[in-house]
Amino acid sequence: MLEDKDRIFQNLYNDFGADLISAKKRGDWKDTKEICGKGREWIINEIKTSELRGRGGAGFPTGLKWSFAPKEVGSRPHYLVINADESEPGTCKDRDILRFEPHKLIEGCLIASYAVNAHKCYIYIRGEYFNEGQKLQTAIDEAYKDGLLGKNSAGTDWELDIYIHYGAGAYICGEETALLESIEGKKGQPRLKPPFPALIGLYGCPTIINNVETISVVPTILRRGGNWFASLGRPKNTGSKIYCISGNVNNPCNVEEEMGIPLKELIEKHAGGVIGGWDNLKAVIPGGSSMPLLPKETCETIKMDFDACVENKTGLGTAGIVVINKDQDIIKCMARIARFYKHESCGQCTPCREGSGWMWRMLERMAKGEATRDEVDMLLDVTKQIEGHTICAFGEGSSWPVQGLIRNFKDEIIERNKFDPIVKKQKDIPYLVDQHLLEKENA
Amino acid sequence: MAVKKISKVQPEKFEFNKKNKETADSIIKNYPSGKQQSAVMALLYLAQKQNDNWIPLSAMKYIAKYLDMPYIKVYEVATFYSMYNLTPVGKYFFQVCTTTPCMLRGAYNLVDVCKRKISDEENRLSEDGKTSWLEVECLGACVNAPMLQLNEDYYEDLDPTKLEQIIDKISNDEVPQPGSYRGRLSSEPENTRKTLIGNKNA
Repeated sequence: MLEDKDRIFQNLYNDFGADLISAKKRGDWKDTKEICGKGREWIINEIKTSELRGRGGAGFPTGLKWSFAPKEVGSRPHYLVINADESEPGTCKDRDILRFEPHKLIEGCLIASYAVNAHKCYIYIRGEYFNEGQKLQTAIDEAYKDGLLGKNSAGTDWELDIYIHYGAGAYICGEETALLESIEGKKGQPRLKPPFPALIGLYGCPTIINNVETISVVPTILRRGGNWFASLGRPKNTGSKIYCISGNVNNPCNVEEEMGIPLKELIEKHAGGVIGGWDNLKAVIPGGSSMPLLPKETCETIKMDFDACVENKTGLGTAGIVVINKDQDIIKCMARIARFYKHESCGQCTPCREGSGWMWRMLERMAKGEATRDEVDMLLDVTKQIEGHTICAFGEGSSWPVQGLIRNFKDEIIERNKFDPIVKKQKDIPYLVDQHLLEKENA
Repeated sequence: MAVKKISKVQPEKFEFNKKNKETADSIIKNYPSGKQQSAVMALLYLAQKQNDNWIPLSAMKYIAKYLDMPYIKVYEVATFYSMYNLTPVGKYFFQVCTTTPCMLRGAYNLVDVCKRKISDEENRLSEDGKTSWLEVECLGACVNAPMLQLNEDYYEDLDPTKLEQIIDKISNDEVPQPGSYRGRLSSEPENTRKTLIGNKNA
C-alpha cells in the first residue's frame, strides 16, 4: 500500500479546504519559478523519466505527447486544452480534483503550457459540473490576484491565461477532437486523425490535450523528481492513480493508490468489501463502462495497471471500478450500458449510430429471455462490425463491454434464451445487401 | 442519439437582459478575435437560464445574430447537446442518473418515486406546474450513487424516502441542502477510511 506521504492528492477528501492559502501550505505553487527556470527540455525529459501515462483512459505517455508540439512557435499560436469532460460511467476522480485540488491543476497548467509554448489554456468542463466549475473559477481568480497567472505567471516570465469552457451534456466531447470541435462552437463530432491535434488542433493551431489528473500530478512529479514517480508501480505502469470504486460495495469511495495494486485489495480494504461478501461477487468492470468486464476468477488475482489489464483482455481505462454482485442481473446491467452508448453516439459514423441501437435492443431482449439461441453469435458479429470501423474510439468503447459479456457469460445468456430461431433452415445469406444477387439467379 | 423535441408554443421575441449581455460580452472575449462562435454554448446556456430553463427558437436566432453566425449552426448545437431544453421544463428540474453504477445502487427506485410524486411520465410537469423530471445518463458522481441533479446541484447518496422528503420540500418552494444525504462531505469511504488518516485528525 502506498504510504500517505507519497500520495499526491493530500486533499482528496477535503480535510483542509481548497483555497490558495491551504493549497500553498500543502506545497502547491512552491518553486514553480525554479521548475520552469530549468527549461522546457528538462521538464519534458523529467516527465519522460517518470513514465507518466495519460490518466484519461488511453494511457498515452505524457512526455512523448508534449514532445510532439512544435519546438518553435510559428505563425500560429499554441494551445493547451484540459479535458475535464468526465463522463465515463464509473469515473468521478476529476470531479474531486476540480473541487478539492484546483490549484494542483492550475499549477500543472502553467508548467505544461510553458513546456509546450502555449499562452492560452482552455479547461473543458462538462456542463453538469457547474458547481465544480465555479470552484475552479474561484481558484483561477485567486491565482490571478496572487500573480500566479497572467502576464508574468508566478514569476516565470511566462504569460498564461486560463479559461473555462463548459460542455452541455455530451459524452462524446470527452474524445479529444470532438472536444476541440465543441470549443470551436460546433456540435461535438470527432475529427479524422491524422492530422493530430498536436499539429493541427484548436482553430487549426498546435494543441496539446491532457486529462485533469495527468496535469494535476505534473507539479508534484517535477518537485520530487521523475525517478520518485517511476519508483512507484512497475516499469511503464508507474506512479499513483485515483481509483473510483462504485457499485455493489459496502463503502464506495475514491482512493489514491499505487499503480498495480491488486483489485481485490482495493475492493476489500478500501471499499469495505463486496455487499454480501467476496463470494457474492459476480463481475467487475475495471476501467469505466467502456472496458470489458472481468469474471470473479480474474478479480482474485489481477493487478490494476495498464499492461496487466490488457493481458487480461480488458483495460485500465479511467480506473473507474464498477463492482457487480450476484444480486444483480448481469445482462440487464450491460444492457443499460448499451443504452448509454446508444444515447451518447454522436451519429457521425453509421456502424456506431445504428450498431449501438442494435446492441441495446438485442441485449434488452436477451435480459428478458426473448431472444433466440443464435442471436448471441449475431450480437457478437454486430460488435465486430462496429469495432474498428468508426472515426473515433467510441466504436470500441461501445462494443467492448458487450464482447466482454459474451466472452465471460455466454452460457448464462444462452441458458436464458433457449428459443429456436423462427426460420429454422440456415440460409446462406451472410448479409441482406447480397439479396439482389440471389434474385438475379432466380430471374 | 437522443430525440429532441422542439416546443410548439414559441415566444415571439427573445433578448438578453442587461446583466446577461455583459456576461455574454465577457465570455466572447475569452476566445480569439474572429472566433466568437466558440461562445455559442455558453450563450445558449445563458439564454436557457434567462428563459425559465428552456431555449426558444427566437433565442437561437438572437444568438446567431449576436455571434454573427448562421442560425442553422446554432440550431445544430442546441439540438446536439442534451443539456439544452428545447421545451419548457419545471422550475425545479430533477435529472435522475440511471446509468449502471447508479442502477446497481437502486436508481430505478428513485425513478419510481419521481413517477409517483411528480408525474408518471418524463418531461411532463407536475400538477402544480413547478416540477418535472427526466432520466439522464451518467452524471459523474458514481461513488455517491444513487444521485440526481436538481437544477444545478447534485443530491447524492439518496434513497426513496430521502427523495420523497426532497420533493415534499420542493413543492413548498423550499430548496433542500444539496450534497450527500448520508452526511458525506466528499467521496471518502464511510467509516473505513484507511488513507490520509493524519490529515483527518489535523
